[in-house]
Amino acid sequence: MSATVLEGHGTAGVVGTRMLRREDPALLSGEARFVHDLVVPGALHMAVVRSPYAHARITSVDVSVALGMPGVVAALTGADLAGEWASPMPCAWPVTADMQSPEHLPVALREACYVGDAVAVVLAGSQAEAQDAAAAVAVDYEELPAAVDLEDAARDGVLAHLDAPSNRAYTWELIPDPEAVRRAFDDAAVTVKERYVQQRLIPAAMEPRGVCVVPQPFGGEYVVYSSTQIPHILRTMLGMTAGVPEERIRVIAPSVGGGFGSKLDVYAEELLCLALARRLRRPVRWSEERSEAAQATIHGRGQVQDIELAADADGRVKAVRVHLLADMGAYLQLVTPGVPILGAFLYHGTYDVPAYSFTCTGVFTNKTPTDAYRGAGRPEATYAIERAMDALARKLGMDPAELRRRNFIGADKFPYSSVAGLVFDSGDYEAALDKALGLVGYEALRQEQAQRRSDGATKLLGVGLSSYVEMCGLAPSRVLASLHYVAGGWETATVRMLPTGKVQVVTGATPHGQGHVTSWSMIVADKLGVPPDDVEVLHSDTGLSPLGLDTYGSRSLSVGGTAIALAADRLVDKARLLAAYRLEAAPEDLELSDGQFAVRGTPSTGIGIGTLAFEAFTAHDLPEGMEPNLEASATYDPTNFTFPFGTHVAVVEVDTETGRVDLVRYVGVDDCGNQINPLIVDGQVHGGIAQGVAQALYEEASYDERGNLLTTTLADYLVPAASDLPSFTLGRTVTPSPSNPLGVKGVGEAGTIASTPAVVNAVVDALSHLGVEDLEMPVTPERVWRSIGAAAPVPGGAR
Amino acid sequence: MIPASFEYRRAGSVEEALGWLSEDPDSTKLLAGGHSLLPLMKLRLATPGVLVDVGRVPGLSYVRDAGDHVAIGALTRHRDLEISEVARASVPLLAHVAGQVGDPQVRHRGTIGGSLAHGDPASDLPAAVLALDATLVADGPRGRREIAADDFFRGFLETALEPDEMLTEIRVRKAPSGWAFQKFNRRAQDWAIVGVAAVLDGDPRVALVNMGSTTLRARGTEEALAAGADPTDAAARAADGLEPSSDLHASAEYRRHLATVLVRRALVEAAATRG
Ligand SMILES: Cc1cc2nc3c(=O)[nH]c(=O)nc-3n(C[C@H](O)[C@H](O)[C@H](O)COP(=O)(O)OP(=O)(O)OC[C@H]3O[C@@H](n4cnc5c(N)ncnc54)[C@H](O)[C@@H]3O)c2cc1C
Repeated sequence: MSATVLEGHGTAGVVGTRMLRREDPALLSGEARFVHDLVVPGALHMAVVRSPYAHARITSVDVSVALGMPGVVAALTGADLAGEWASPMPCAWPVTADMQSPEHLPVALREACYVGDAVAVVLAGSQAEAQDAAAAVAVDYEELPAAVDLEDAARDGVLAHLDAPSNRAYTWELIPDPEAVRRAFDDAAVTVKERYVQQRLIPAAMEPRGVCVVPQPFGGEYVVYSSTQIPHILRTMLGMTAGVPEERIRVIAPSVGGGFGSKLDVYAEELLCLALARRLRRPVRWSEERSEAAQATIHGRGQVQDIELAADADGRVKAVRVHLLADMGAYLQLVTPGVPILGAFLYHGTYDVPAYSFTCTGVFTNKTPTDAYRGAGRPEATYAIERAMDALARKLGMDPAELRRRNFIGADKFPYSSVAGLVFDSGDYEAALDKALGLVGYEALRQEQAQRRSDGATKLLGVGLSSYVEMCGLAPSRVLASLHYVAGGWETATVRMLPTGKVQVVTGATPHGQGHVTSWSMIVADKLGVPPDDVEVLHSDTGLSPLGLDTYGSRSLSVGGTAIALAADRLVDKARLLAAYRLEAAPEDLELSDGQFAVRGTPSTGIGIGTLAFEAFTAHDLPEGMEPNLEASATYDPTNFTFPFGTHVAVVEVDTETGRVDLVRYVGVDDCGNQINPLIVDGQVHGGIAQGVAQALYEEASYDERGNLLTTTLADYLVPAASDLPSFTLGRTVTPSPSNPLGVKGVGEAGTIASTPAVVNAVVDALSHLGVEDLEMPVTPERVWRSIGAAAPVPGGAR
Repeated sequence: MIPASFEYRRAGSVEEALGWLSEDPDSTKLLAGGHSLLPLMKLRLATPGVLVDVGRVPGLSYVRDAGDHVAIGALTRHRDLEISEVARASVPLLAHVAGQVGDPQVRHRGTIGGSLAHGDPASDLPAAVLALDATLVADGPRGRREIAADDFFRGFLETALEPDEMLTEIRVRKAPSGWAFQKFNRRAQDWAIVGVAAVLDGDPRVALVNMGSTTLRARGTEEALAAGADPTDAAARAADGLEPSSDLHASAEYRRHLATVLVRRALVEAAATRG
């Protein structure tokens, strides 16, 4: 596996090497500072009183006892705070013109709509005092029927909001040619019709959320520290919602311990800390507890998917028809309604399908709001098509690898205009499949599987495939406009050389575990011919990087990294002009190598870029008209998405006596285009696979019939650990993206997208000869055991 | 996640701990490794007024060969038990089970005394101790008493210990072979959904984890074994008369099924270690 080394100006580039992450020493030694670690003298601690009911009328809130408790400074109800809000909490993605969005205030006024909905806040001198007092706030509730089950809610059996006309948020369609779909199903030799449930997931970032708002003594400014992925978007939204002029707010995201989309949001607690700091003129802080995070931070997934395939007798898929019910939860958070839409274009997966129909209805329930969670819409789409392809393979009696091969979009078809209206940039899906099958030893596994079956073994073997393509690099601003998203998708960067030859990069991308500092310094190091350690990366602070659109959707490298590369190129262009002036040569005759400009062929008489930086700084002798300093900025708006792809293979052993599933081997072949740092790519894929396996086998946000969340601790919500996973075998193919100058595609979500269907397909594959065709996620031992008991063996034991 | 406020005292000896305990036994709790008590306090399911930390009381962390039995100090941490040469040679079941508890952090903090005194039916060590027909030694204001493991586990988080007593030693018979432990869980670090500790030397004893409101024996299996049944037939009776609970991780029906499979596996494995 060899990475294409990016075009750089240095001779021995670092791009493409497995450089260790520069972030890690601080993280591993505990030196890194998270919001909760900040020492802020005089700060008040906020505790939030939350509804214990999924749906209730708030008849009275009595804070008098709480107010008398030790250390308490304020205790406030929704009514007390109503005047603080210039507008309700924001949803930035009205996917349809008629979308319903119930009013969402940081503290509810009359009606609590999920367990965890805020009904009052308490401020005290310490976190413990605030929590004790919060427990003493007396709230009278009149419990109301709750809309808990998604399909019941879709039928409006119980309304999630008292005043709403229905639980429907919106219906969104993508049916380019209805007649073609109808015909394809009429003419099909084989069809499959499947229903899959995407259980709700709790993102469970290692660091729960935290906020601290510090009002500045002069000028009416607020510094907002938040454990967020989106300081820039947050600043704008805080300003609009709390009625604070945007330029008075500086948002800083210190070290952020993971997000996975859950910190791509504007939360009640952020608004509350800001409004309370304004009201009391004191710093106000809040640190989320683990159980609180389970209820008050968004959930992921939550869909019921109906998918149908129409195929000819050879297994060529002629049409895909999909209908989704998407659980919005109680309110629309920042991009809640858009999450299913991010997957809407990808339900035909990696396959060349001529007819397509997608509809989605967003439905309110009395549960924690859902929003973007690693992959956001694309894991759901990949799951549905990859499970359905296996169902089709079983129906045809065809090997699932062969079925995929027959249907792949051919390598010669790129750029490929998809039936759903996208242009896939580049790809070679069969190469990734072949590589994955080779790495896993597919044929030998099939033989062993057959052997175990005929031996009557109680440990059966299952092999599951998942070939995926995703759309990354969010996003071309014009495309976002067509999807009614209210912001753009560009990213911006500045690269500057300091007088001593050291480099600063300022970026609007906001890392929270991805290793941006390492990757950005590698790109810039190669462009400028300096060591990566000389490159400092400034980020996650709207005071330092006033503009930016932050980090989500595997966009940081393909959009943010491109902006950085372009800015570095501009800086080099300027340095070249200065070098030409100093060397009395024509700029086009100069070559930059190892940080030295020299006339091509006479490297010994060059001038270093660091020297040029100093001269640009002193500005004592610059060419006529040249501005001082070596600094350049660029803003990059992508022209297209990027389309990473690959094939993952899961091998499981299923104990038929207990239903236990052991993931014994895992192969992931990913193509994310060019790789800046393959070590970071590996890390992203590892974490992604773990999270996807978690959905397949372990995790579920479980509710009871009254809408109580049952999985509020990590003893009940089963996040797998390294000890539950095999060593992953990773492979890569490299198909550069033509959509950006770096040729990169993004890899933050790939592992999650690919792994869930691979694992479930593997379990079903292990049991298919017994007649098992589907297993609900998470595939628990008990579910497997029951499925074996319930299934009717397939005559002849067909696969 | 912040416990209710409490008073903290660190005891330097068993006598000091017992003295403080007797002042107000009902609202005072001993603190050993803290890995069962502190989670309950953080969820405010336990709100003791006084915590008496016995974690540094000297002389209560040991695994000793005492001739006909092995004596284990109540403050012995899981990890120390796991790697004890004495335990490995004379009661390998106990060393093995200690190594199956939770994760490394838990094993380096939690103590055998805390695990037994807590009385959680989902805990592993109580089943091992019950299968080994242990004797538990408790000290209190009325002196020292010895409690048979069979009489110790009374109900959910309920043991034969009085609130003013402290468990100080655990004595188990030597069982160098003929043992097995089966733990079935979802994640490697988790509590057992069902667990089985079996000791076949002497009268066969089979104890179960999480098959009722307390740690208990698979009497049906034991009777069948005594009557000469083979492992499969004996294991089929593993859940006889038992009423395990249903929870998020498993239904009662599934637990009953698991018990039969795991007991069979344990019996086969234990027989194999006997050579
Ligand atoms: C994440 C996690 C995972 C775990 N997984 C498992 C598992 O898989 N299997 C398992 O068996 N356990 C598990 N445990 C529990 C762990 O084994 C505990 O350490 C053990 O149950 C209690 O021991 P302790 O020393 O920590 O007791 P503490 O928490 O200090 O005390 C527990 C109770 O016993 C009392 N007590 C303590 N010592 C004495 C004494 N000498 N005399 C009288 N009373 C006493 C205390 O007052 C308290 O009521 C887990 C714990 C955690 C946090």
